[in-house]
Amino acid sequence: MNRVDRAFHGQDGAGTLLIGYATAGFPDPETSARVAAALLEHCDLLELGLPFSDPVLDGPVIQESSRRALEAGFRISEVFDLAADLRVKTEKPLLLMTYYNPVHRVGESAFARMAATAGFDGLLVPDLPLEESGSLRAEAASHGIAAVLFASMTTPDERLGAIAEATRGFLYCFAVKGTTGLRASLAGDLAPFMARVRSRCRVPLALGLGISNPGQCREAGKLADAVVVGSALVKASMDALDGGGDPAEAAGELAASLRASLRNR
Amino acid sequence: MREKKAIPVEDKGMGAPPSDGRFGDFGGRFVPETLVAPLAELEEAYAEAAGDPAFRRELEHYLGHYAGRPTPLYEARRLSAELGGATIFLKREDLCHTGSHKINNTLGQCLLARRMGKRRVIAETGAGQHGVATATAAALMGLECEVFMGETDMARQELNVFRMELLGAGVVPVRTGSRTLKDAVNEALRDWVATSDHTHYCMGSVVGPHPFPTMVRDFQSVIGREARAQHLELTGRLPDCLVACVGGGSNSMGLFHPFLADGVRMVGVEAGGTGPEPGRHGSTLCLGSPGVLHGARSYLLQDDDGQILETHSISAGLDYPGVGPEHSFLKESGRAEYVNVGDSEALLAVELLCRSEGILPALESAHAVACAAKIAATMPRGSSMVVCLSGRGDKDVGTLMAARRTAR
Repeated sequence: MNRVDRAFHGQDGAGTLLIGYATAGFPDPETSARVAAALLEHCDLLELGLPFSDPVLDGPVIQESSRRALEAGFRISEVFDLAADLRVKTEKPLLLMTYYNPVHRVGESAFARMAATAGFDGLLVPDLPLEESGSLRAEAASHGIAAVLFASMTTPDERLGAIAEATRGFLYCFAVKGTTGLRASLAGDLAPFMARVRSRCRVPLALGLGISNPGQCREAGKLADAVVVGSALVKASMDALDGGGDPAEAAGELAASLRASLRNR
Repeated sequence: MREKKAIPVEDKGMGAPPSDGRFGDFGGRFVPETLVAPLAELEEAYAEAAGDPAFRRELEHYLGHYAGRPTPLYEARRLSAELGGATIFLKREDLCHTGSHKINNTLGQCLLARRMGKRRVIAETGAGQHGVATATAAALMGLECEVFMGETDMARQELNVFRMELLGAGVVPVRTGSRTLKDAVNEALRDWVATSDHTHYCMGSVVGPHPFPTMVRDFQSVIGREARAQHLELTGRLPDCLVACVGGGSNSMGLFHPFLADGVRMVGVEAGGTGPEPGRHGSTLCLGSPGVLHGARSYLLQDDDGQILETHSISAGLDYPGVGPEHSFLKESGRAEYVNVGDSEALLAVELLCRSEGILPALESAHAVACAAKIAATMPRGSSMVVCLSGRGDKDVGTLMAARRTAR
């Protein structure tokens, strides 16, 4: 059984899982490794984002962290090195978040193999919808990696069913119509959306995009099996970095408070 | 005497059979899940509109009475004589309302947006021509309009920024990446992910996810349909060669498409910039490789990791690391050929056309003129060539003045 499946199966009503996020190579390989390790102390799963030059689904924070990682000379191999280093220390699931073009450039088969060898358990490609992802899903499956698909409030019912059938590990539900990033409040129609997804999908559901503080995390946690927090964690480390603090400590502290908000739902 | 070919004038309108958005291995719909349903809605609405005679009549009305179509197919006698080969015909898209071919597409898309009940349109722009054309059509249709434009482009095309504002549009400066067209597309897509329920994304070229490449091509095919009929009427036969510039590739695809079945030679001209090294040009088809950007699989300028490269061209409209997927298909199938022309050659072509014909072309179109001049000189007398003069050069006067000062 894949580590992602184990994480969700082992839930036993103990509470909602927390999925954290770090941009690989931001601001440099060593620091991003420390940030990732700090997040793993409190998160149940960790997404590592592969910086891309044109991140169309990302808001200002992850755009900025990606830009700075690339400016520092980030290469694809670094995300695999990072995962391999973390894998030695943890049995928690590691998920690779990347736009499709780097995968296409390296080759789907080679990319899936490299991800598996590095110790990744899941692969998320937000610009690769159901129809375009068949071959990559097959490659991922053959390497024991869960290819996670996405659902949006704009997704019609019938399509939701097809996506739920094709996704592996869990279904990533977008909490907002928009890009990643911090927002003042959660969307008002989140509960009916999640009810709609729940009634059509038997897979575990993660809710992410725009969830940035413990209050929002607690609210989202009532609707999903896992909550994803990305930009807020990156912002915490970025702010600490720019203010002369310790980015790993800052990200870890926020992750701890997010984790606490999900207990005893 | 010219040889006469008995080819009837086709008057095929829009509404080519619905495609699946694939051009061989190129095209597709590589977008976040949130945009899948809006794109499906757009595809359906476009197919329905294209099949509706009332929609086509309304578009034809605006193209004729508002945009000034048909544009002339003008025989450039002095230019042809100077080059001493093929007779060059200029398809005068520079005479369209707003000064370029872009209005053909924005009238179509804004009519469609209104029909779909959208109250707002957004657009990306490089040179500002598509932004101006979108702002114009939006004003005409009573739609709100916001145009995303890279800061670098806003500086070099400030006249167009002001024109858009006059037309009631908001111009949103884009400060990410190279601050040019590519980044403006990113920002427009980010806006659309959040606003698609009331906003139509008026894509400016034959790029992006399905159905944009097909729809924009259909709206721009009026260029080729007219040119084909006009050339037949003027000479009794088809041209031997077509030449047009390629940034995203909308004017070239519009010219080429109605000739695809004819066996006419087709040449697309990319921006050679200041050299073949990465970052110094916008020659996506000549120097790039297949990849996925802005929702479609097509040729791209990218590094070994699949990161998109910076580009350069003296013309903002060709300063783009991607290209329409149908062009990639025409390149791979060998049906069309693609070459590039550098900044300095384009500048010389501006002067050539000004002096020989009294026409100031846009810097984008000047790339086509420069290439056409080279090819025409090698073709026999009596042969003919159609060059798409996609826009006029008034917007580039500042760039031209600066270039001349530097040269002296």
